[in-house]
Amino acid sequence: MIRAEHLTKRYGWHTAIEDVSFQVEKGEVLGFLGPNGAGKTTTMRILAGFFPASEGRAVVAGFDVFEQPLEVKRRVGYLPENPPLYEAMTVDAYLRFVASIKGVNRAAVGSRLLEVKARCGLEEEGQRLIKHLSKGYKQRVGLAQALIHKPEILILDEPTIGLDPRQIIEVRELIKGLAGDHTVILSTHILPEVSMTCQRVIIINKGKIVAVDTPENLTGQSASGAMLELEVGGAVENLDALLREFPQVRSVSLGEPQNAHRTVLVETEGEEDVRHLIAQKVIESGIELYQLKKKSVSLEEVFVQLTTEEEKGEKEEKEEREE
Amino acid sequence: MRNYLVIIGKELHNLFVSPIAYVVMGVFFALSGYVFYMILASVIEFTVQQAFQSQQFGTSPPAFDATAVTLRSFFGAISTFLLFLVPMMTMGVFAEEKKRGTIELLFTSPVTHLQLILGKFTALVVLLLVMLVPTILNSLLLYYLSEPTPPLAPMLVGYLGAFLLGGTLLAVGLFVSSLTENQIIAAVITFGVFFVLWLIDASAGTGTTLINETLRYLSILNHYQDFTIGILDSQHLVFYLSLIFLGLFLTSVSLGSAKWRQ
Repeated sequence: MIRAEHLTKRYGWHTAIEDVSFQVEKGEVLGFLGPNGAGKTTTMRILAGFFPASEGRAVVAGFDVFEQPLEVKRRVGYLPENPPLYEAMTVDAYLRFVASIKGVNRAAVGSRLLEVKARCGLEEEGQRLIKHLSKGYKQRVGLAQALIHKPEILILDEPTIGLDPRQIIEVRELIKGLAGDHTVILSTHILPEVSMTCQRVIIINKGKIVAVDTPENLTGQSASGAMLELEVGGAVENLDALLREFPQVRSVSLGEPQNAHRTVLVETEGEEDVRHLIAQKVIESGIELYQLKKKSVSLEEVFVQLTTEEEKGEKEEKEEREE
Repeated sequence: MRNYLVIIGKELHNLFVSPIAYVVMGVFFALSGYVFYMILASVIEFTVQQAFQSQQFGTSPPAFDATAVTLRSFFGAISTFLLFLVPMMTMGVFAEEKKRGTIELLFTSPVTHLQLILGKFTALVVLLLVMLVPTILNSLLLYYLSEPTPPLAPMLVGYLGAFLLGGTLLAVGLFVSSLTENQIIAAVITFGVFFVLWLIDASAGTGTTLINETLRYLSILNHYQDFTIGILDSQHLVFYLSLIFLGLFLTSVSLGSAKWRQ
């Protein structure tokens, strides 16, 4: 549904994004994750046809964004970081205007208006001036304008920013509800949001893609292995050898003793859950077992790891060059 | 076509819900009304004086076309008001959209830059007409109360001139507004550009070299003079229309339209 090929955008000397390529399938919800200034907004603006890329190609809904921008724009709903609202208009007048410029059939404008207002919880606000709305309601109007022409593709730049926790949950539910009918790309720097709403995540840092995967894979909750954390006490000298007897165990690392307890990290591979076997073996050998749990890396950790690893690499490169 | 009309509608809505349009119109009506009264009063005083003198000395009064003089001064005044008011009308047109981020909505909608620019320009021209048309009342007063009845054509030519001058200023202002996201900066630069276009012939002096002639030709005021005395010359029409075209074209360039295939 969306195909980005080697997108690069330069502003003068500054390169905002470099060689960004990815694909989004129909009905998928893709999360764009990255620190502020990583190039999320730039990528989304290119896909929405706000400005052309310096290099590369983007195909959205079967049309090249550069060659046939109008065809693309008819099929894309875009919510920029700051909702593009005319504050002096009422909600109804604004949504009618957007419907008209997005090419909604004149006869259908009324029913579309009712539908998006219901969907975004704006039934009561139609006659209010946008400037009198709270931040949360403005965001809803922004979402409503992105939906008004029933776009196949939705591009949402930080859709939950500035909302209170209850509104955030509402917006996430709304986005989840859109998946399937619509293909959605959303950007955020709030990590739980991604695991809650997206099927696939792109982590972008300093204009480059550093990882593309499902939230599950990124956080190590995949079927292809797990990290176990054990808290043990007593005679642990031969624990290492003991655990290595399992073919599923890839590595064992013993931590330093703390209050006569030790933390042991065990990396396993394969789909089989071996926690009960390990527990049994440890207890049989007379070691005191206090805790055994599957350790899940939070998306935060993955994110920090991925975005700092690169910096480290760059630093080393620099140092090497200096030497 | 629908997009074009929708943009005009939205622009007019924006202009007329914001106080700017009313302030501009109010100031323009007040000034033009007052100035018309002043001109008329002094012209009448002058004519009466002339008649009195000629009676005293038994000579016939000198040929003096009171209507033409009134109209000429009146249109001259209108051009000055436009010079000051047009920057206020155009400063926000693109600058405000950029500042508020609504430009993102417009640029990601299936609307071509041409439709957008022409829509905005047309809305401004409508506002200009709303300003100019009521002042016709002044001229009609002149038309019906003068003895003998003056010809109508010079009056209409004068209005055409004011309209073309206003349109030109609007197109230039529109371009300047597309360069910045700050309304004040847009207004100040627009003023600056207007003054340069206004006074450019002052630096030409009386020389007849190509440069002097060119500078004189570029002055937007020079081309206005003929309209105020009721002369319709295609040379001036071409000048104003080309400047309007140039303003709109530069706006389109500054919005980056050339980078797209539409």
